[in-house]
Formats: sequence, structure tokens, C-alpha cells
Amino acid sequence: MRFGPHLLLAALEGLVTSAVLALTALGLSLVFGVMRVVNVAHGEFFMLGAVLAWAVSTAISGHPAIGFVAALVIAPLLVGLVALLAERLVLRRLNYNPEGTIVATIGMLYIIQQLALTFYGPEARPVEPPFSYRILLPWFGYSGYKLAVVAASAILLVITWLVLTRTKIGLIMRATQYDRETAQAFGIPVERVYAGVFAVGAMLAAIAAVLIVPISQAHYLMGQDPLLLSFIVVIIGGLGSLRGTVVAAVLIGLSDGIVSMFFSPTLAKIIATLIVAMVLVFRPQGLFGATSR
Amino acid sequence: MRDASPARTYALHIGVIALLFALNFILPDYHQSLFARIMALAVFAMGYNLLFGYVGLLSLGHAMFFSAGLYGAGLTVYHLGWGVPEAFVAGIACGALLALVIGLLALRTSGVAFMIVTMMFAQVFYLLILYFAAWTGGDQGLVIQQASRVVSIGAASFDLTDPTVRYVAALALFSVVLLITLAVVRSRFGRVLVAIRENEERTRMLGYDTVANKLAAVVASGAICAASGAAYALLFGYVGSNFASIQYSILPLLWVLLGGAATTLGPLVGTLFMYYVTDITSGFTSAYLLIVGVALILLVLFAPKGIMGSIRERWLGWLP
Repeated sequence: MRFGPHLLLAALEGLVTSAVLALTALGLSLVFGVMRVVNVAHGEFFMLGAVLAWAVSTAISGHPAIGFVAALVIAPLLVGLVALLAERLVLRRLNYNPEGTIVATIGMLYIIQQLALTFYGPEARPVEPPFSYRILLPWFGYSGYKLAVVAASAILLVITWLVLTRTKIGLIMRATQYDRETAQAFGIPVERVYAGVFAVGAMLAAIAAVLIVPISQAHYLMGQDPLLLSFIVVIIGGLGSLRGTVVAAVLIGLSDGIVSMFFSPTLAKIIATLIVAMVLVFRPQGLFGATSR
Repeated sequence: MRDASPARTYALHIGVIALLFALNFILPDYHQSLFARIMALAVFAMGYNLLFGYVGLLSLGHAMFFSAGLYGAGLTVYHLGWGVPEAFVAGIACGALLALVIGLLALRTSGVAFMIVTMMFAQVFYLLILYFAAWTGGDQGLVIQQASRVVSIGAASFDLTDPTVRYVAALALFSVVLLITLAVVRSRFGRVLVAIRENEERTRMLGYDTVANKLAAVVASGAICAASGAAYALLFGYVGSNFASIQYSILPLLWVLLGGAATTLGPLVGTLFMYYVTDITSGFTSAYLLIVGVALILLVLFAPKGIMGSIRERWLGWLP
């Protein structure tokens, strides 16, 4: 292949990464924005979504599309339930103290990871894509499913944005984010909002995982890279800013896809992590975060 | 000060050291080796405690200081053929230098940003070890041969692979660091650190240079953790990238929380307790990380002060 088509392929792959990353990072960003909780277990909710997707789709026989759609509904709901339980049993008792919740979510990370290893095993397992249509480009054929993932992610992002800006639920969430005490004084059930936000954040990660699992397989350690990348996206995009998160996800996803196609992936990760650490040190509000000024 | 006479405090610490020395002759082989490992890692926990317990800075990247010592000592022995004492000093120097650079950068942030920044720098360090696998051995690691782990002082030579020599060497490092920590905590510097933890703005208003004090604490903490890593490499003869992974940044936090943050003996108690809990439960299950996870959550929910912290609160108010 010549350079041009090679670059196009890298960009397409990067776009798929961006799509999944934007959803995962949006979950992390929502939880941090509204609750001020750094959820280190976010990557494990992602992993749990993928593993449950495998479980659901293998339990249902028939056309792969039926199993996939069932997984797309059931897996995020189950993950949301787990997150709700974790919020009720642990985070609320800590009164959402930032340092306490970090330690506690590290604990959750280990528990979920170990349980996945015990009950699911160390193997990587595939889930069949719901359809296997290939789009023929002049230079190579490209999986139609991957483009469908990008579309699905874009639709979900738009829905989240509409909910946040155009509905009463969104208004309540933004009020809680802006000032917890005043929101409570105005009769907003802050604790219920927190529980809901934590569950929705986990569900977004789970949906992203179900979408990606037909492309890359389900594995009990698959939560680590999305966690780190989501942190990077949320930091570069500015903590708690939805538009920044999406822009940063596209930026990181594309550059990750392109850089790791031409350079060593380890080197790409080193540079990306270092840049983000420096952004956090010298520009803590993020590259696009104008809100905190 | 709660304690007017330091005699009781010093007697307690000397007593603990004497007890550990006596255990060398009593413990069966397996537990003797486990104790040597625990003491070397308790030094890591003490270094972490200096920053987390006394200054109140929660770092999620201390594995980089530990592995800076580990690789600083291990690589100089392996590639340059240095002797044990030079390699040990090289390890500490690497850790202190790294801590200085990281401290200068990371201390510009605070709170949650500090945790994430330290975690990211540690991740970069970990990836660098993997990237330079030609020298570091990557995730396979390097084994340091027995021949290069012999210390000669005058006519006498000590083989660090011998269980008793290893135990005494680990105890010596542990004792020195314990007494240094005790001295630091009781000093002016130590009290300024606690003042920063309690109220940084007020400490600055009182005329203390809080940034310089915090930086000094980061370097001291990094150097102690590096000493632990260097000792670990030389005593156990293995250097590997998993010691730089995020898990080894979490473990000292767990040990310190368990034993009691801002207590001098807490890190030892926490490390000892966690090692034996793991050792006993590994007879029933291989799910070691599950125990770590449950322990972290239970601790942060029900005993945020840890074992020694609770003892101090209930019975012995004079514990340092």
C-alpha cells in the first residue's frame, strides 16, 4: 500500500478508537464533573460491560444480531446496577471525600478485576458482530460494523448533550455540579442525583465496551488502557466540559491510531502520557477548559 | 508536644529492633526469608508514609522511586559490574534525583491533580523500562548472579544470598530508616510538615517556605523508597518491570493505611499484617488482589486511622 491509503486506514482506525474513547471518557467526565469523584474503577466498568456482553451473546442462540442487541441492552443495565450498589454501599458512606473515594475505587478496581479473572478466566473471547458487511474502498475493503460504531457513538453523544442542556434532568445535574449546597437548599435530591450520575457514567463505559467487543475481544485486563486514555482525554479536554471531552477524544484517538501505525505503540503511549502530565502541571484547566476561569 | 521525655519513645523503637533481631534466631527458614522481605518493603512503606502521613500528599506514583532504586542498583551491578555498596548508593542517588525532578513539577499541583500527575509520571517510568528492554530486560527482568552480591569489608566477606546475612542486612536498613524517620518526625522540620498537612495557608502565613519544605519531603521520601528498592534488588537478586507497575504504587498506600498513617511503626505493622494475611489466605484462594481490594475499601470505610493510629487514639497517646 502507498502512503495515502495507509494514512486513510490509520485515520479510520483512529476514528473508531475516538468514538469508543469519547463515550468512556464522557462517563468519567460526568462523574468527576458532578460528583468531584475520580473513579479509578471506571476502566473496570468498561471491562465488565465487555465480559457481560460475551456472556449474554453466547447465552442467546440464533442470529448474532439478536445476541448483540440483547447484550447492548442487558450488559449496560447490569453494570449500572453494580455501580449503583457501589455508590450506595461505599461512596456515599465516605461522603464523597476526594481522597477516600480514590482509595475506595482502587479497591473496587481490584475486586472487579479479580472476580472477572475467577469467573470469566484469563482467555480473550470474541463476540460476533451483528452484521459483517464490508464497504469497498478503491484501495481496501473496510468493515461496515466499525463505521456503524462511530455512528452509534456520535448519536449517543448527541443524546447526552441534549439531555444535559435541554431537559429538566440535565438542569438538575448542572445545578448540582455548580453548587451542591445551594442545589440541596432548593430541594434537589442531591444524593439521588449522585447515585444516578455514577450509574450513568458506568453505563456509558459499558455501552462503549459492548460496541467495541466485536472488534477487539473481551479480556479481564482490557479496562486498563481505556482508563488511562479516558483520564488523558478528560484532562486535555478540561475536567467536566463535554465539548472539550469530545474534541480531545477525537484528537487523542486519531493521533493514537496514526502514531501507533508508524511508530512503536509503547513510545506513542510514553509521549502521550508525558504530554498529559505536563498539561496537568502547567495548564490544570485543560487545553479547552475555559469554564474554570 | 505530647511527650516531654523522649526516653520512652526511643526505648520502644529500640525494643522493636531488638525483637526483630531476636526473631532471626527463632524463626523457621521460610518465615525468616519472609521477614527479610517484609522489612525491606516496610522501608518502602516508611518512605511513603513520610509524604502521605506527615505532609498529607497522596502520591499514586511511588513505584517509580522504588524502581529507580531497584534499577539504579540492579543495572549498575549487572552492566557495569559495580560492587554492592556503590550500587546501593547509586540506587539511592537515582531515586533522590528523580524525586527532585518529579517534585519540582508535581508540587505545582495539589489534591486530585497531584495524585493523577504522580500516577502519570510513574506510568511513563514504567513504559520507559519496557521500551528500553534491551538494557532493563523488560517484563522478563534481570537476575543478578550470586557472585556479584558479595560484600567484602576488609578481610571479611558477606554473601547476601545467605539467609542470615540477608536478614541482618534488611534489619540494619530497616533500623536506620526507622530511627531517621523518628528523628525527622520529632525535629523542627517534621513539625513544619505536619503543620503543612493541617493548614498550608496558615503555615505559609507564619513565615515558613511551604514549597521548599514539601520539596524536601518529596526528595527524602523518594530517597528512602529508592533505598528500599536498591536493597531489594541486591538482597533478592531480581529486577523486574512489575515493580514499577501501578500496583506497586498502591501497595505502600495500602500498607500505610493499614498500619496507620503518620505513625512511625505503622508501616512495619501494615506490611507485616498484609503479608501474613496474603500468605495465610493464599492457602485457600489465588485471588490475592480480591483481598487487597476488600482491605482497601474496609479500611477507608471503617478504620481510616489504621492499626497503630487506633491504638494511639484509644490507649497510648504518646506514640510517635
